[in-house]
Amino acid sequence: MFTVLLEKTVDGQRYIDWLVSGLGWTLALAFFGWWIAFAVGVVVGIGRTVQNPFFRALARLYVEIFRNIPVLVQMFLWYFVLPELLPTTMGDWIKQIPPPWGTFFPALWCLGLYTAARIAEQVRAGIEALPRGQDEAAAALGLSGYVTYRHIILPQALRLIVPSLTSEVMGIYKNTSVALTIGLMELTAQARQISDATFQTFAAFGAATLIYLALALIAYQAMMLIDKAVRIPGAAPGREADGSDFDAVKLENPVPKGMEIVK
Amino acid sequence: MNSLDFSIVLQAWPYLWSGLLFSLSLTAAAFLVGMFLGTLFALVQHFELRVLSQLVRSYVALMRSIPLILVLFWFFFLVPIVLGHLSGNGRPVPVGATYTAFITFGLFEAAYYSEIIRVGLRAVNKGQFEACQALALSTFDTYRHVILPQVFRVASPIILSQTIILFQDTSLVYVLSLTDLLGAASKLAQLHGRLVEMYLAVAVVYLIISCAASQFVASLRKKYAIAGARR
Repeated sequence: MFTVLLEKTVDGQRYIDWLVSGLGWTLALAFFGWWIAFAVGVVVGIGRTVQNPFFRALARLYVEIFRNIPVLVQMFLWYFVLPELLPTTMGDWIKQIPPPWGTFFPALWCLGLYTAARIAEQVRAGIEALPRGQDEAAAALGLSGYVTYRHIILPQALRLIVPSLTSEVMGIYKNTSVALTIGLMELTAQARQISDATFQTFAAFGAATLIYLALALIAYQAMMLIDKAVRIPGAAPGREADGSDFDAVKLENPVPKGMEIVK
Repeated sequence: MNSLDFSIVLQAWPYLWSGLLFSLSLTAAAFLVGMFLGTLFALVQHFELRVLSQLVRSYVALMRSIPLILVLFWFFFLVPIVLGHLSGNGRPVPVGATYTAFITFGLFEAAYYSEIIRVGLRAVNKGQFEACQALALSTFDTYRHVILPQVFRVASPIILSQTIILFQDTSLVYVLSLTDLLGAASKLAQLHGRLVEMYLAVAVVYLIISCAASQFVASLRKKYAIAGARR
Protein backbone atom coordinates (compact mmCIF):
# COMPACT_ATOMS: atom_id res chain seq x y z
CA MET A 1 0.00 0.00 0.00
CA PHE A 2 2.74 2.43 0.92
CA THR A 3 5.13 1.44 -1.87
CA VAL A 4 4.05 4.53 -3.78
CA LEU A 5 5.94 6.56 -1.20
CA LEU A 6 9.20 5.12 -2.49
CA GLU A 7 8.53 6.17 -6.07
CA LYS A 8 10.38 9.07 -7.63
CA THR A 9 8.70 12.46 -7.77
CA VAL A 10 8.98 14.94 -10.62
CA ASP A 11 11.71 16.82 -8.76
CA GLY A 12 13.87 13.71 -8.42
CA GLN A 13 13.11 13.01 -4.75
CA ARG A 14 10.96 10.23 -3.43
CA TYR A 15 7.45 10.94 -2.13
CA ILE A 16 8.53 9.87 1.29
CA ASP A 17 11.02 12.76 1.30
CA TRP A 18 8.07 15.12 0.90
CA LEU A 19 6.44 13.55 3.93
CA VAL A 20 9.62 13.79 5.98
CA SER A 21 10.05 17.44 5.05
CA GLY A 22 6.41 18.04 6.02
CA LEU A 23 6.98 16.29 9.31
CA GLY A 24 10.00 18.52 9.92
CA TRP A 25 7.91 21.68 9.53
CA THR A 26 5.14 20.25 11.70
CA LEU A 27 7.59 19.38 14.46
CA ALA A 28 9.39 22.72 14.21
CA LEU A 29 6.10 24.62 14.48
CA ALA A 30 4.85 22.52 17.39
CA PHE A 31 8.14 22.59 19.31
CA PHE A 32 9.04 26.27 19.02
CA GLY A 33 5.38 27.27 19.18
CA TRP A 34 5.08 25.38 22.43
CA TRP A 35 7.87 27.33 24.11
CA ILE A 36 6.39 30.64 23.01
CA ALA A 37 3.01 29.45 24.28
CA PHE A 38 4.42 28.25 27.58
CA ALA A 39 6.40 31.42 28.28
CA VAL A 40 3.57 33.79 27.37
CA GLY A 41 0.97 31.54 28.95
CA VAL A 42 2.70 31.48 32.32
CA VAL A 43 3.09 35.27 32.34
CA VAL A 44 -0.54 35.86 31.35
CA GLY A 45 -1.74 33.21 33.77
CA ILE A 46 0.08 34.96 36.60
CA GLY A 47 -1.41 38.23 35.39
CA ARG A 48 -4.87 36.75 35.84
CA THR A 49 -4.19 36.18 39.55
CA VAL A 50 -2.28 39.28 40.72
CA GLN A 51 -3.82 41.98 42.91
CA ASN A 52 -3.30 44.86 40.47
CA PRO A 53 -6.63 45.34 38.62
CA PHE A 54 -4.91 46.81 35.56
CA PHE A 55 -2.77 43.73 34.95
CA ARG A 56 -5.69 41.45 35.69
CA ALA A 57 -7.83 43.19 33.10
CA LEU A 58 -4.99 43.14 30.59
CA ALA A 59 -4.45 39.41 31.07
CA ARG A 60 -8.17 38.72 30.83
CA LEU A 61 -8.37 40.74 27.61
CA TYR A 62 -5.52 38.71 26.14
CA VAL A 63 -7.16 35.42 27.01
CA GLU A 64 -10.60 36.42 25.72
CA ILE A 65 -9.26 37.72 22.41
CA PHE A 66 -6.94 34.85 21.62
CA ARG A 67 -9.31 32.15 22.80
CA ASN A 68 -12.43 33.40 21.07
CA ILE A 69 -11.15 33.90 17.53
CA PRO A 70 -10.75 30.72 15.48
CA VAL A 71 -7.13 29.78 15.02
CA LEU A 72 -7.56 29.82 11.25
CA VAL A 73 -8.76 33.43 11.35
CA GLN A 74 -5.82 34.32 13.59
CA MET A 75 -3.54 32.69 11.04
CA PHE A 76 -4.94 35.00 8.34
CA LEU A 77 -4.61 38.02 10.62
CA TRP A 78 -0.91 37.33 11.17
CA TYR A 79 -0.19 36.48 7.56
CA PHE A 80 -2.40 38.79 5.50
CA VAL A 81 -3.44 41.61 7.82
CA LEU A 82 -0.45 42.40 10.05
CA PRO A 83 1.97 43.40 7.24
CA GLU A 84 -0.68 45.82 5.92
CA LEU A 85 -1.24 47.46 9.27
CA LEU A 86 2.45 48.01 10.00
CA PRO A 87 4.31 51.02 8.55
CA THR A 88 4.86 50.47 4.82
CA THR A 89 8.62 49.82 4.96
CA MET A 90 8.25 47.26 7.68
CA GLY A 91 5.25 45.60 6.03
CA ASP A 92 7.12 45.36 2.73
CA TRP A 93 10.10 43.89 4.51
CA ILE A 94 7.91 41.21 6.07
CA LYS A 95 6.28 40.43 2.73
CA GLN A 96 9.70 39.96 1.14
CA ILE A 97 10.84 37.27 3.58
CA PRO A 98 11.51 34.33 1.26
CA PRO A 99 9.39 31.18 1.53
CA PRO A 100 9.07 29.00 3.51
CA TRP A 101 10.11 31.40 6.30
CA GLY A 102 7.57 33.97 5.16
CA THR A 103 4.81 31.55 6.14
CA PHE A 104 6.62 29.75 8.95
CA PHE A 105 7.01 32.77 11.23
CA PRO A 106 3.40 34.01 11.04
CA ALA A 107 2.28 30.44 11.70
CA LEU A 108 4.67 30.23 14.63
CA TRP A 109 3.45 33.45 16.29
CA CYS A 110 -0.13 32.46 15.59
CA LEU A 111 0.07 29.01 17.16
CA GLY A 112 2.26 30.19 20.03
CA LEU A 113 0.08 33.09 21.07
CA TYR A 114 -3.17 31.17 20.52
CA THR A 115 -2.01 28.25 22.66
CA ALA A 116 -0.64 30.70 25.23
CA ALA A 117 -4.17 31.89 25.99
CA ARG A 118 -5.22 28.33 26.70
CA ILE A 119 -2.15 27.63 28.83
CA ALA A 120 -2.77 30.86 30.73
CA GLU A 121 -6.16 29.55 31.82
CA GLN A 122 -4.58 26.31 33.02
CA VAL A 123 -1.90 28.23 34.93
CA ARG A 124 -4.57 30.40 36.52
CA ALA A 125 -6.57 27.32 37.51
CA GLY A 126 -3.43 25.79 39.01
CA ILE A 127 -2.63 28.91 41.00
CA GLU A 128 -6.19 29.27 42.25
CA ALA A 129 -6.24 25.62 43.27
CA LEU A 130 -3.47 26.20 45.80
CA PRO A 131 -4.60 26.67 49.40
CA ARG A 132 -4.75 30.34 50.48
CA GLY A 133 -2.45 29.38 53.32
CA GLN A 134 0.48 29.25 50.90
CA ASP A 135 -0.02 32.91 50.02
CA GLU A 136 -0.59 33.90 53.61
CA ALA A 137 2.41 31.97 54.91
CA ALA A 138 4.59 33.66 52.30
CA ALA A 139 3.22 37.05 53.35
CA ALA A 140 3.79 36.22 57.01
CA LEU A 141 7.41 35.42 56.20
CA GLY A 142 7.71 38.86 54.64
CA LEU A 143 8.34 37.51 51.13
CA SER A 144 7.81 39.96 48.28
CA GLY A 145 5.18 39.30 45.61
CA TYR A 146 7.86 38.32 43.11
CA VAL A 147 9.58 35.88 45.47
CA THR A 148 6.23 34.41 46.50
CA TYR A 149 5.30 33.65 42.89
CA ARG A 150 8.79 32.55 41.91
CA HIS A 151 9.49 30.22 44.83
CA ILE A 152 6.13 29.33 46.40
CA ILE A 153 3.21 29.62 43.99
CA LEU A 154 4.59 28.77 40.56
CA PRO A 155 6.59 25.67 41.46
CA GLN A 156 3.47 24.14 42.98
CA ALA A 157 0.95 25.38 40.41
CA LEU A 158 3.00 24.26 37.42
CA ARG A 159 3.48 20.79 38.85
CA LEU A 160 -0.25 20.58 39.49
CA ILE A 161 -1.26 21.36 35.91
CA VAL A 162 1.02 18.98 34.00
CA PRO A 163 -1.87 16.59 33.25
CA SER A 164 -4.06 19.39 31.87
CA LEU A 165 -1.14 20.68 29.80
CA THR A 166 -1.12 17.33 27.99
CA SER A 167 -4.19 18.30 26.01
CA GLU A 168 -2.55 21.62 25.09
CA VAL A 169 0.50 19.75 23.78
CA MET A 170 -1.82 17.52 21.76
CA GLY A 171 -3.68 20.62 20.62
CA ILE A 172 -0.67 22.54 19.33
CA TYR A 173 0.71 19.72 17.20
CA LYS A 174 -2.72 19.13 15.69
CA ASN A 175 -3.21 22.84 15.04
CA THR A 176 0.04 23.01 13.07
CA SER A 177 -2.00 21.67 10.15
CA VAL A 178 -3.85 24.99 10.02
CA ALA A 179 -0.61 26.49 8.67
CA LEU A 180 -1.30 24.82 5.33
CA THR A 181 -3.97 27.47 4.69
CA ILE A 182 -1.27 30.13 4.36
CA GLY A 183 0.86 27.85 2.23
CA LEU A 184 3.29 26.22 4.64
CA MET A 185 4.02 22.71 3.38
CA GLU A 186 3.64 20.85 6.63
CA LEU A 187 2.64 17.22 7.01
CA THR A 188 -1.03 17.43 6.01
CA ALA A 189 -0.22 19.67 3.05
CA GLN A 190 2.45 17.26 1.86
CA ALA A 191 0.06 14.33 2.20
CA ARG A 192 -2.46 16.15 0.04
CA GLN A 193 0.22 17.05 -2.48
CA ILE A 194 1.26 13.40 -2.74
CA SER A 195 -2.39 12.40 -3.11
CA ASP A 196 -2.85 14.95 -5.91
CA ALA A 197 0.32 13.84 -7.69
CA THR A 198 -0.16 10.07 -7.48
CA PHE A 199 -3.92 9.56 -6.92
CA GLN A 200 -2.85 7.15 -4.15
CA THR A 201 -5.00 8.94 -1.61
CA PHE A 202 -5.18 6.01 0.80
CA ALA A 203 -1.42 5.67 0.99
CA ALA A 204 -0.79 9.41 1.27
CA PHE A 205 -3.37 10.19 3.95
CA GLY A 206 -2.77 6.85 5.66
CA ALA A 207 0.92 7.59 6.07
CA ALA A 208 0.19 11.06 7.44
CA THR A 209 -2.40 9.63 9.83
CA LEU A 210 0.06 7.05 11.15
CA ILE A 211 2.68 9.75 11.71
CA TYR A 212 0.20 11.94 13.60
CA LEU A 213 -0.83 8.93 15.70
CA ALA A 214 2.79 8.23 16.55
CA LEU A 215 3.30 11.89 17.49
CA ALA A 216 0.22 11.80 19.71
CA LEU A 217 1.47 8.70 21.45
CA ILE A 218 4.94 10.17 22.01
CA ALA A 219 3.54 13.47 23.27
CA TYR A 220 1.16 11.66 25.59
CA GLN A 221 3.79 9.33 27.02
CA ALA A 222 6.28 12.16 27.45
CA MET A 223 3.76 14.24 29.39
CA MET A 224 2.90 11.24 31.58
CA LEU A 225 6.58 10.76 32.38
CA ILE A 226 6.94 14.43 33.23
CA ASP A 227 3.85 14.26 35.38
CA LYS A 228 5.16 11.24 37.23
CA ALA A 229 8.53 12.91 37.75
CA VAL A 230 7.25 16.22 39.09
CA ARG A 231 3.97 15.28 40.73
CA ILE A 232 3.57 16.74 44.21
CA PRO A 233 3.60 13.77 46.61
CA GLY A 234 0.08 13.22 47.90
CA ALA A 235 -1.57 15.29 45.15
CA ALA A 236 -4.30 13.65 43.08
CA PRO A 237 -2.82 11.21 40.57
CA GLY A 238 -2.70 12.18 36.93
CA ARG A 239 -4.79 10.71 34.20
CA GLU A 240 -2.68 7.81 33.06
CA ALA A 241 -5.12 5.51 34.85
CA ASP A 242 -7.97 6.09 32.44
CA GLY A 243 -5.86 6.77 29.37
CA SER A 244 -7.60 9.99 28.52
CA ASP A 245 -6.30 13.51 28.28
CA PHE A 246 -9.64 14.76 29.42
CA ASP A 247 -9.54 15.92 33.00
CA ALA A 248 -11.92 13.82 35.04
CA VAL A 249 -11.18 15.90 38.10
CA LYS A 250 -12.45 18.96 36.27
CA LEU A 251 -15.90 17.44 35.96
CA GLU A 252 -16.32 16.29 39.49
CA ASN A 253 -14.59 19.21 41.05
CA PRO A 254 -13.48 22.03 38.78
CA VAL A 255 -10.06 23.17 39.96
CA PRO A 256 -10.68 26.93 40.05
CA LYS A 257 -13.80 26.65 42.16
CA GLY A 258 -12.70 23.61 44.10
CA MET A 259 -10.72 25.48 46.67
CA GLU A 260 -13.63 27.54 47.86
CA ILE A 261 -14.33 24.70 50.23
CA VAL A 262 -10.96 25.31 51.84
CA LYS A 263 -11.22 29.10 51.94
CA MET B 1 -0.40 50.94 4.01
CA ASN B 2 -3.63 51.68 2.20
CA SER B 3 -6.26 53.61 4.07
CA LEU B 4 -8.81 51.31 5.62
CA ASP B 5 -12.32 51.37 4.26
CA PHE B 6 -14.81 49.37 6.25
CA SER B 7 -17.78 50.37 4.08
CA ILE B 8 -16.94 47.30 2.00
CA VAL B 9 -17.87 45.17 4.99
CA LEU B 10 -21.29 46.80 5.21
CA GLN B 11 -21.90 46.31 1.51
CA ALA B 12 -20.87 42.69 1.82
CA TRP B 13 -22.98 42.09 4.89
CA PRO B 14 -25.80 40.05 3.23
CA TYR B 15 -23.22 37.65 1.82
CA LEU B 16 -21.35 37.43 5.12
CA TRP B 17 -24.65 36.86 6.90
CA SER B 18 -25.47 33.88 4.71
CA GLY B 19 -21.98 32.58 5.46
CA LEU B 20 -22.57 33.03 9.17
CA LEU B 21 -25.87 31.15 8.88
CA PHE B 22 -24.01 28.29 7.25
CA SER B 23 -21.45 28.26 10.08
CA LEU B 24 -24.23 28.24 12.67
CA SER B 25 -26.24 25.50 10.98
CA LEU B 26 -23.11 23.39 10.62
CA THR B 27 -22.47 23.92 14.33
CA ALA B 28 -26.03 22.99 15.26
CA ALA B 29 -26.09 19.89 13.06
CA ALA B 30 -22.70 18.71 14.31
CA PHE B 31 -23.86 19.33 17.87
CA LEU B 32 -27.00 17.22 17.46
CA VAL B 33 -25.35 14.37 15.55
CA GLY B 34 -22.25 14.54 17.74
CA MET B 35 -24.22 14.45 20.98
CA PHE B 36 -26.42 11.57 19.81
CA LEU B 37 -23.53 9.45 18.57
CA GLY B 38 -21.30 10.60 21.41
CA THR B 39 -23.84 9.42 23.99
CA LEU B 40 -24.11 6.08 22.19
CA PHE B 41 -20.32 5.74 22.07
CA ALA B 42 -20.02 6.60 25.74
CA LEU B 43 -22.68 4.05 26.70
CA VAL B 44 -21.01 1.37 24.57
CA GLN B 45 -17.81 1.96 26.51
CA HIS B 46 -19.65 2.25 29.80
CA PHE B 47 -21.29 -1.15 29.34
CA GLU B 48 -17.98 -2.57 28.11
CA LEU B 49 -19.69 -4.28 25.17
CA ARG B 50 -17.04 -6.67 23.94
CA VAL B 51 -15.93 -5.95 20.38
CA LEU B 52 -17.92 -2.76 19.99
CA SER B 53 -16.30 -0.96 22.88
CA GLN B 54 -12.82 -1.72 21.51
CA LEU B 55 -13.89 -0.33 18.14
CA VAL B 56 -15.36 2.80 19.67
CA ARG B 57 -12.29 3.35 21.82
CA SER B 58 -9.99 3.12 18.79
CA TYR B 59 -12.23 5.43 16.80
CA VAL B 60 -12.26 8.04 19.54
CA ALA B 61 -8.49 7.81 20.03
CA LEU B 62 -7.92 8.13 16.30
CA MET B 63 -10.19 11.16 15.91
CA ARG B 64 -8.57 12.88 18.86
CA SER B 65 -5.06 12.27 17.58
CA ILE B 66 -5.23 13.64 14.05
CA PRO B 67 -5.93 17.20 12.95
CA LEU B 68 -9.45 18.13 11.89
CA ILE B 69 -8.17 19.33 8.53
CA LEU B 70 -6.79 15.87 7.79
CA VAL B 71 -10.11 14.35 8.89
CA LEU B 72 -11.90 16.68 6.47
CA PHE B 73 -9.59 15.59 3.66
CA TRP B 74 -10.14 11.93 4.56
CA PHE B 75 -13.91 12.22 4.52
CA PHE B 76 -13.94 14.33 1.38
CA PHE B 77 -12.16 11.39 -0.23
CA LEU B 78 -13.85 8.51 1.58
CA VAL B 79 -17.52 9.50 1.81
CA PRO B 80 -18.22 9.20 -1.95
CA ILE B 81 -16.53 5.78 -2.01
CA VAL B 82 -18.40 4.48 1.03
CA LEU B 83 -21.73 5.77 -0.28
CA GLY B 84 -20.97 4.13 -3.62
CA HIS B 85 -20.53 0.81 -1.87
CA LEU B 86 -23.68 1.32 0.18
CA SER B 87 -25.75 2.19 -2.87
CA GLY B 88 -24.72 -1.09 -4.43
CA ASN B 89 -23.26 -0.19 -7.80
CA GLY B 90 -19.81 0.36 -6.30
CA ARG B 91 -19.15 3.60 -8.15
CA PRO B 92 -18.24 6.63 -6.02
CA VAL B 93 -21.20 8.95 -5.46
CA PRO B 94 -20.30 12.62 -5.74
CA VAL B 95 -21.72 14.19 -2.57
CA GLY B 96 -20.16 17.63 -2.66
CA ALA B 97 -18.26 19.52 -0.03
CA THR B 98 -21.31 20.71 1.91
CA TYR B 99 -22.56 17.25 2.80
CA THR B 100 -19.00 16.13 3.46
CA ALA B 101 -18.62 18.94 5.96
CA PHE B 102 -21.85 18.03 7.76
CA ILE B 103 -20.95 14.33 7.91
CA THR B 104 -17.37 15.00 8.98
CA PHE B 105 -18.20 17.44 11.75
CA GLY B 106 -20.93 15.20 13.14
CA LEU B 107 -18.69 12.15 13.27
CA PHE B 108 -15.63 14.07 14.42
CA GLU B 109 -17.37 15.87 17.26
CA ALA B 110 -18.99 12.60 18.39
CA ALA B 111 -15.53 11.50 19.52
CA TYR B 112 -15.09 14.59 21.69
CA TYR B 113 -18.61 14.57 23.14
CA SER B 114 -18.34 10.86 23.90
CA GLU B 115 -15.24 11.48 26.03
CA ILE B 116 -17.06 14.17 27.99
CA ILE B 117 -20.09 11.96 28.57
CA ARG B 118 -17.96 8.94 29.38
CA VAL B 119 -16.21 10.86 32.14
CA GLY B 120 -19.57 12.23 33.25
CA LEU B 121 -20.95 8.70 33.54
CA ARG B 122 -18.10 7.73 35.80
CA ALA B 123 -18.78 10.75 37.98
CA VAL B 124 -22.31 9.59 38.81
CA ASN B 125 -22.57 8.35 42.36
CA LYS B 126 -22.72 4.56 42.64
CA GLY B 127 -25.70 4.83 44.94
CA GLN B 128 -27.78 6.12 42.04
CA PHE B 129 -27.34 2.83 40.19
CA GLU B 130 -28.06 0.86 43.34
CA ALA B 131 -31.18 2.88 44.07
CA CYS B 132 -32.46 2.21 40.55
CA GLN B 133 -31.86 -1.46 41.04
CA ALA B 134 -33.68 -1.37 44.35
CA LEU B 135 -36.62 0.28 42.57
CA ALA B 136 -36.47 -2.48 39.93
CA LEU B 137 -36.08 0.01 37.09
CA SER B 138 -35.10 -1.54 33.77
CA THR B 139 -31.65 -0.71 32.44
CA PHE B 140 -33.21 1.53 29.80
CA ASP B 141 -35.28 3.45 32.36
CA THR B 142 -32.30 3.73 34.68
CA TYR B 143 -30.23 5.47 32.03
CA ARG B 144 -33.04 7.35 30.36
CA HIS B 145 -34.58 8.84 33.48
CA VAL B 146 -31.97 8.75 36.21
CA ILE B 147 -28.37 8.52 35.04
CA LEU B 148 -28.19 10.42 31.75
CA PRO B 149 -30.12 13.49 32.95
CA GLN B 150 -27.58 13.85 35.74
CA VAL B 151 -24.68 13.34 33.37
CA PHE B 152 -25.93 15.97 30.93
CA ARG B 153 -26.52 18.41 33.73
CA VAL B 154 -23.13 17.97 35.36
CA ALA B 155 -21.30 17.97 32.05
CA SER B 156 -23.33 20.75 30.40
CA PRO B 157 -20.73 23.51 30.94
CA ILE B 158 -18.04 21.37 29.34
CA ILE B 159 -20.37 20.21 26.57
CA LEU B 160 -21.23 23.83 25.80
CA SER B 161 -17.59 24.93 25.93
CA GLN B 162 -16.80 22.16 23.47
CA THR B 163 -19.62 23.46 21.27
CA ILE B 164 -18.07 26.93 21.25
CA ILE B 165 -14.81 25.34 20.12
CA LEU B 166 -16.82 23.44 17.51
CA PHE B 167 -18.28 26.72 16.25
CA GLN B 168 -14.77 28.13 15.86
CA ASP B 169 -13.58 24.92 14.21
CA THR B 170 -16.26 25.15 11.53
CA SER B 171 -14.07 27.87 10.01
CA LEU B 172 -11.79 25.04 8.86
CA VAL B 173 -14.29 24.15 6.10
CA TYR B 174 -12.32 26.89 4.35
CA VAL B 175 -10.06 24.06 3.12
CA LEU B 176 -13.04 22.58 1.25
CA SER B 177 -13.70 26.04 -0.31
CA LEU B 178 -17.11 26.24 1.34
CA THR B 179 -18.84 29.55 1.96
CA ASP B 180 -19.06 29.73 5.72
CA LEU B 181 -18.46 33.07 7.46
CA LEU B 182 -14.72 32.95 6.84
CA GLY B 183 -15.15 31.47 3.36
CA ALA B 184 -17.55 34.26 2.39
CA ALA B 185 -15.18 36.90 3.72
CA SER B 186 -12.22 35.35 1.99
CA LYS B 187 -13.98 35.17 -1.38
CA LEU B 188 -15.08 38.80 -1.18
CA ALA B 189 -11.70 39.88 0.15
CA GLN B 190 -9.95 38.45 -2.87
CA LEU B 191 -12.58 39.83 -5.24
CA HIS B 192 -12.26 43.39 -3.97
CA GLY B 193 -8.67 43.28 -2.75
CA ARG B 194 -9.84 44.23 0.74
CA LEU B 195 -8.28 41.48 2.85
CA VAL B 196 -7.50 43.64 5.87
CA GLU B 197 -11.02 44.97 6.40
CA MET B 198 -12.69 41.62 5.70
CA TYR B 199 -10.54 39.49 7.93
CA LEU B 200 -10.65 42.02 10.77
CA ALA B 201 -14.44 42.17 10.51
CA VAL B 202 -14.73 38.39 10.54
CA ALA B 203 -12.41 38.16 13.54
CA VAL B 204 -14.63 40.64 15.40
CA VAL B 205 -17.79 38.69 14.54
CA TYR B 206 -16.27 35.42 15.78
CA LEU B 207 -14.95 37.18 18.87
CA ILE B 208 -18.33 38.66 19.78
CA ILE B 209 -20.26 35.43 19.24
CA SER B 210 -17.78 33.26 21.11
CA CYS B 211 -17.41 35.73 23.99
CA ALA B 212 -21.18 36.06 24.37
CA ALA B 213 -21.55 32.29 24.30
CA SER B 214 -18.80 31.85 26.92
CA GLN B 215 -20.49 34.38 29.19
CA PHE B 216 -23.76 32.53 28.74
CA VAL B 217 -22.10 29.23 29.67
CA ALA B 218 -20.53 30.81 32.74
CA SER B 219 -23.93 32.07 33.92
CA LEU B 220 -25.51 28.67 33.25
CA ARG B 221 -22.80 27.03 35.28
CA LYS B 222 -23.84 29.10 38.28
CA LYS B 223 -27.55 28.72 37.77
CA TYR B 224 -27.94 25.06 36.95
CA ALA B 225 -25.40 23.36 39.14
CA ILE B 226 -27.12 20.42 40.84
CA ALA B 227 -27.91 21.57 44.35
CA GLY B 228 -25.45 20.12 46.80
CA ALA B 229 -23.09 18.85 44.08
CA ARG B 230 -19.45 19.62 44.74
CA ARG B 231 -18.74 22.73 42.75
